[in-house]
Amino acid sequence: MKILVPVKRVLDYNVKARVKADGSGIDLTNVKMSMNPFDEIALEEAIRIKEKGNAEEIIAVSIGVQQNQETLRTALAMGADRAILVVATDDVHNDIEPLTVANILAAIALKENPSLILCGKQAIDNDFNATAQMLSAKLKWSQATFASEIDIQKDIVRVTREVDGGLQTIDAKIPAVVSVDLRLNEPRYASLPNIMKAKRKPLEEISPADLGVEITQRLKVIKTEEPGSREAGLILENIDQLVEKIQENVGG
Amino acid sequence: MKILVLAEINDGELAEDQTSKTISAAAKLGKVDVLCASNQCTDASAKLAKMENVENVLVLEDVLFAQSLAESYSETLIDTISSYSHVFAPSSSFGKNVLPRIGGMLDVMVISDVSKVISEDTFERPVYAGNAMQTVQSIDKVKLISVRTSNYDTVPLTGAANVKKIDFESNNSLTTFIENKMQTSDRPELTSAKVVVSGGRGVGSKENFEIIEGLADKLGAAVGASRAAVDSGFAPNDWQVGQTGKVVAPDLYVAVGISGAIQHLAGMKDSKVIVAINKDEEAPIFQVADFGLVDDLFKAVPEIEKKV
Ligand SMILES: Cc1cc2nc3c(=O)[nH]c(=O)nc-3n(C[C@H](O)[C@H](O)[C@H](O)COP(=O)(O)OP(=O)(O)OC[C@H]3O[C@@H](n4cnc5c(N)ncnc54)[C@H](O)[C@@H]3O)c2cc1C
Repeated sequence: MKILVPVKRVLDYNVKARVKADGSGIDLTNVKMSMNPFDEIALEEAIRIKEKGNAEEIIAVSIGVQQNQETLRTALAMGADRAILVVATDDVHNDIEPLTVANILAAIALKENPSLILCGKQAIDNDFNATAQMLSAKLKWSQATFASEIDIQKDIVRVTREVDGGLQTIDAKIPAVVSVDLRLNEPRYASLPNIMKAKRKPLEEISPADLGVEITQRLKVIKTEEPGSREAGLILENIDQLVEKIQENVGG
Repeated sequence: MKILVLAEINDGELAEDQTSKTISAAAKLGKVDVLCASNQCTDASAKLAKMENVENVLVLEDVLFAQSLAESYSETLIDTISSYSHVFAPSSSFGKNVLPRIGGMLDVMVISDVSKVISEDTFERPVYAGNAMQTVQSIDKVKLISVRTSNYDTVPLTGAANVKKIDFESNNSLTTFIENKMQTSDRPELTSAKVVVSGGRGVGSKENFEIIEGLADKLGAAVGASRAAVDSGFAPNDWQVGQTGKVVAPDLYVAVGISGAIQHLAGMKDSKVIVAINKDEEAPIFQVADFGLVDDLFKAVPEIEKKV
């Protein structure tokens, strides 16, 4: 089977986000950008499924600016077989909403016919946690979110989900859209030879119009602000002082 | 404006705190109807009917809804849901699972994790792990809102809503439920507890985590954990606090052996009072803590437990 993995290029998780002075969003000029950590986990899982002989091809897709090429090269170096770049904007500050992303991915899925789409559960920039669910609805496929274990069986994929109360296991009919959580696996680093090889792997570039999808924005950003900040407090001298502070604030 | 709240009900049991706080957020815009879909609705609908600002409780009882599987839930309920202008759900694993799917079906963008309902089309929500707050205005015909419940209080139980059974045609699911492995505990729920004691990688092992649990029990607190503690197997996944875990805002949050990474802070920095115990005085957790103790946790925590 074929596996499709969407990968988003986001502000690196180690970099502190800075709000732009005009309140329009986060400053993304000259900052380190990387693959969304959850998408890395999704891709790693796809590669493991292929290594076990349960998949033949992995296609990585990225939607955004031209520079997303880098993210796709990383995906190819990790082990994706080919990549599709959908150039949807020329401004990195223009975040494409999950609904549009889902429309684009659905159009690609109809062309490519994957059996499985593995998504990160959320992008660490907009934190929407929505693309996989919306995509699954658009395709009318089965949906399994927040996966911490994935087991491909004949016509189904058995997924253990991290839910608020603990763990839930469900069987989702293939084709399925699965969104992955942190504890599914630990992504590999691309080796130097694989980085070299990745340069020769196919990377196709298309536009949303090629797929018949219009870029819409349903949520207009009115303003972006720094959150209310906390001040560093008191460093206490000893345990007794701490006990006192705890007692003051329990049931307070 | 017609407002609907999707009650979270797990196998017949109402997630009372989450649902009540969601009603509280929705009620900023007016009176609400509540959708009560589960395998057993008697208890849940009775509780919901008492919640202030609820006008109607819509009851849909079927085994199909026992686990709120995304496909059967949204496909069966879509007609009811789409007759409303605003649909709220808690930003819990239930809400995050079903609401965006409903959005995909209706071609409507979901507004996730809303921290403030500003007006009928304008909402505030955190982005970048809470490093920025964004105010967005929705142009969609239906507003789908998941609520960051830690920002809202529960509603009083002074209401007397109508309870109505709704006819529906059940749609079979594409997924099949196999099993739940839920943590059971006598401790308060993490997301509604007044006091939370959390342990991080510094705690060192699953056995050592008993130190954290001991202090929590002495304080009548819920137990939380950092991602590192969960990943290392010291604590179960449902204890994780942070950007991708639970968001808590108790009166008192005690962070033990937690460095204070932004992803962890995202889940607890709205706590009223933060106490940190860490042996490294440079740990970033001290920059947000109201009270800090630089000490070895293995020495400090048992002594604190004895003295409080
Ligand atoms: C996409 C993404 C999402 C994430 N989501 C989350 C999330 O939801 N929640 C979360 O918590 N993290 C999350 N993280 C991980 C986060 O970045 C940190 O790695 C994690 O929070 C670190 O956990 P920690 O503080 O327990 O461990 P460490 O950073 O290793 O800190 C351990 C601390 O314990 C102290 N210590 C050690 N021994 C002792 C002792 N004997 N006495 C006292 N103190 C001691 C040390 O000084 C240190 O400060 C996420 C990361 C990514 C990339």
